Amino acid sequence: MRQRIDVATAVAYRQTTILLKNPSLFLPPMLFPLLNFTAFAGGLSRLRHVPGFDFHGGYTAFQFVFVLLQSAAFGGVFTGFGIARDFERGFARRLLVSAPRRSGIVLGYALSALIRWIMIAAVLTCVALAVGMKIGGDGVDVFGMYALAVLMNQIGVLWACGVAMRFRTVQAGPLMQTPVFMALFLAPVYVPLHLLRGWIHAVARVNPLTFLLESGRGFIEGEPTQVAAAFGVGLGLVAFFVVWSYSGLRKAEAAGG
Amino acid sequence: MRVFATQVVLIAQRSFIRTFRQPGVWIPPLLFPLMLMAVNSNGLRAATHLPGFPTNSFLDFFLPFSFMQGALFASAIAGTDLARDIDTGFLNRLALTPVRGSALLLGQIGGAVGLGAVQAVVYLFVGLIAGVHVDAGAAGALLILVLAVLIAVGFGTLGLWLGLRTGSGEGVQAQFPLLFFTLFISSMNLPRNLIEVGWFRDIATVNPVSYFIEALRSLIIEGWNAEALLLGFGLVLGLIAVAMALAARQLKVRMART
Repeated sequence: MRQRIDVATAVAYRQTTILLKNPSLFLPPMLFPLLNFTAFAGGLSRLRHVPGFDFHGGYTAFQFVFVLLQSAAFGGVFTGFGIARDFERGFARRLLVSAPRRSGIVLGYALSALIRWIMIAAVLTCVALAVGMKIGGDGVDVFGMYALAVLMNQIGVLWACGVAMRFRTVQAGPLMQTPVFMALFLAPVYVPLHLLRGWIHAVARVNPLTFLLESGRGFIEGEPTQVAAAFGVGLGLVAFFVVWSYSGLRKAEAAGG
Repeated sequence: MRVFATQVVLIAQRSFIRTFRQPGVWIPPLLFPLMLMAVNSNGLRAATHLPGFPTNSFLDFFLPFSFMQGALFASAIAGTDLARDIDTGFLNRLALTPVRGSALLLGQIGGAVGLGAVQAVVYLFVGLIAGVHVDAGAAGALLILVLAVLIAVGFGTLGLWLGLRTGSGEGVQAQFPLLFFTLFISSMNLPRNLIEVGWFRDIATVNPVSYFIEALRSLIIEGWNAEALLLGFGLVLGLIAVAMALAARQLKVRMART
């Protein structure tokens, strides 16, 4: 266990250092959620006047939860790009040879994704509060909302890690981000679920990310809803993608890095 | 003049072939706006219930967004391709030939123009199949295509300037979110008079992208609106002129360096 943690810490330290030393790698993932937040919360706030819109925390808070989860997921996906780059440049091959416990590698990448997202979440939260976002929930509710985002972050990185370790090239980038993007936008992004109509309502109703989103909005509003379902789905997805990423690691090992 | 035209055609041909030889370059820009159009036109359908919303079909309202997004991708492609030419030394070798700078710039956006034209036709075609009704009729549909290609040229030229300025594909890609920001902070999701947040509405009002979108949108949901069309065409021609001037100036700097 100690060796695994040592490997994980070293990988996470390296990834974070690379990130902080390269603004071109750090800034786009930071700007992306801020742009979405500006566009959605600023440009679409009139949607709260749509008949049946029953979220009472204000449209800024309504969109903040979506953008927070999106930033968490993409914080993970962008870490996947770094993993693919490590394989392309041969670093991952050396890492596989030298790590005493290879499972620590996945753990390290997951830890670096979490560190990356915490920095983004801090900026996003400050911006949201600066523009007047109202938080109806108490400390426990807010903790619950960020805990859901942490799960989302780990789902994102474990998915991207599995893809990166199977394809071992940055060209697999669209494969890492497109399904995540689609899954996020097939949830009730702009209005509550019951206001969606047609095929998107049917898809959003069975989309697992809808549970996380609706529950997160319940937390920020101070009226927690579907909490058990959201954490159940989140933990279930993390468990599934742990298997996915570790089987990717086995494939990378079999291919010789 | 004839030599100049030959130079433009040859470079444009190379740019066009290079773009379409790489499916990874042109397929995502073609599909991504369509996916987003499908999702957002349904997800935002509730907005049509707002008092004063100009149409009862959000798809009609949202279709111009696809053209704009396609144009932004064209900008990234044009800029990245030129940056790669700088990186690989192709531009240096070209500088030893009698090719004129203006021919180089006009030719380099060939790929972006080609992609912009294909995108515009595909988006309009898919939109019509999905039930979009162009109020301005067949002539209006044709004008939508012309304006969409001009917008792709405008952003493509801006991409060239960024490519020349940064000299690296990564540098161009890093500027992409900033270009995207101009789209996000426009009237793409709601008409300006329905935007509630004051500062957002003010920025959307001074943002030329709003007028590109509104010119395209006017042909779909209003018919012939001279004011919207004049503003849209005028501003896009202005964008092309300014971006071309910036790129030409940057090309001189780049050539002097090499």
